[in-house]
Amino acid sequence: MVPLSIHPLGETALCCTLPAPLSLAQQQRIWQLAAGMAVMEGVQELIPGMNNLTLVFDPLRTDPAELAAAALALWASPPRRQALGRLVEIPVTYDGPDLGDVAAHCGLSADEVVHRHTQGQYVVYFIGFQPGFAYLGGLDESLQTPRRAEPRLAVPAGSVGIGGAQTGIYPQATPGGWQLIGRTALALFDPRAEPPTLLAPGDRVRFVAVPE
Amino acid sequence: MIEIVRAGPLATVQDLGRPGWRDRGLSLCGALDEFALQAGNLLVGNAPGAAGLEFTLGAATLRFHADTCIAVTGTDADASLDGRPLRPWWRQRVRAGQTLKLAAPRERMRSYVAVAGGLDLPLALGSLSTDLKGGFGGLDGRALRDGDRLPLNPLPTLPAGKVGMRPPDWTPTVRVLPGPEHDDFTAAAREAFWAADWTVTPQSNRMGYRLAGPVLARERGEELASHGVLPGVIQVPPAGQPIVLLADAQTTGGYPKIAVVIRADLWKLGQLRLGARLRFLPCTPAEALAALREQRLLLEQMRMALCMST
Repeated sequence: MVPLSIHPLGETALCCTLPAPLSLAQQQRIWQLAAGMAVMEGVQELIPGMNNLTLVFDPLRTDPAELAAAALALWASPPRRQALGRLVEIPVTYDGPDLGDVAAHCGLSADEVVHRHTQGQYVVYFIGFQPGFAYLGGLDESLQTPRRAEPRLAVPAGSVGIGGAQTGIYPQATPGGWQLIGRTALALFDPRAEPPTLLAPGDRVRFVAVPE
Repeated sequence: MIEIVRAGPLATVQDLGRPGWRDRGLSLCGALDEFALQAGNLLVGNAPGAAGLEFTLGAATLRFHADTCIAVTGTDADASLDGRPLRPWWRQRVRAGQTLKLAAPRERMRSYVAVAGGLDLPLALGSLSTDLKGGFGGLDGRALRDGDRLPLNPLPTLPAGKVGMRPPDWTPTVRVLPGPEHDDFTAAAREAFWAADWTVTPQSNRMGYRLAGPVLARERGEELASHGVLPGVIQVPPAGQPIVLLADAQTTGGYPKIAVVIRADLWKLGQLRLGARLRFLPCTPAEALAALREQRLLLEQMRMALCMST
């Protein structure tokens, strides 16, 4: 079994880290660990990262040594068969300003880029950077495209893009360097909703091409 | 109702933040000087975590349109009510029509105004804190502007009696614990980290302070996978100039973390102004816990004492 190493992050958090390489099976166990630790006394937040988990707690209510021991015990217990997260379909209008550049870079037609992008099976590894911004694994290698040399000052909310080996959706308008291939009308982040984000770690994502 | 006549450089509604959604990418937010907000709330009879107003560098004017009771905390600035000096860190009765002015602080950065009964604004995901980046919470998810009007929760009786407290000592020195990547930095970098007077650069905001000082080089240069970060984390991008994360920081990051400011000293960071010098003092986990326990005890004792006096 892959060893879990645990380091303090100040007196209020622990970082639980797995060695590279990252794999979906390993990341699934990170989500399981988060779910298992969520019920512990004094635990306030569990933030999954890429191949790691940050555990935030109240140090006056719980002892970090006990929390670390509990995490290691959970890690050593046999993995549960993981039911994959929800399948979320995201309707995308593929008319992004960089679709042509991505097609040229990949040596494919624009239609083929769209086809391959919609054939992908994506998984939300974790969420960060912005509310509801999902780091998705599963981009077809033939679609990998470097970021733009000149980042845009304003990428509109709902933009679907490719940045290196990553694909994803910007929940909110922001400066950004990804190649924009389309857009979705779905709200990825709504502070009036509970939960406030469409996607959660472990969710599966499929992009569905829709006309304007 | 409170009318914001002049908001000053940056004024926001803040409580103790919005925990519980960081796995979905939502920043914590909340008052940068948590101690001052809690003390102010206790002085006016509120729960310590009620929302109040955070002003940056003073230069603000507020008009009250109802009788109420306030406390101005956090600041070492002069304050006045209808032109008469008002003592910060003391409970103050206010009559409808009176005007509060906050001058620029002498050394500190932020002032808080707590109002008896609290602000009558809608909760967003369990908190009234303004998330400037997310554009929600507080008043319409934005900084306060001149002319804004904030409704107050009505109170059957206002707290009476003259009560106040001695402000906590503030120095631009914070205690820190070594971070997970502390030992990846060169011996010279580690030494420089503790020895240097760091300068808070103008490229700083509620998300974090960018510091200027000696370049901190790493022995090992491999990239880190994205991981959760917290307010107080001191991360070092490749250029070697540290960033201290604050309440509005994003939830994940990828830079090595040389140290973490202890919880009990986060408020001191919040009172640092741009251009100020900052020093880091090493401490132990036991000292960090003792400091946090002492701070919470102080607030609890204050709460008890105020309960008895009114």
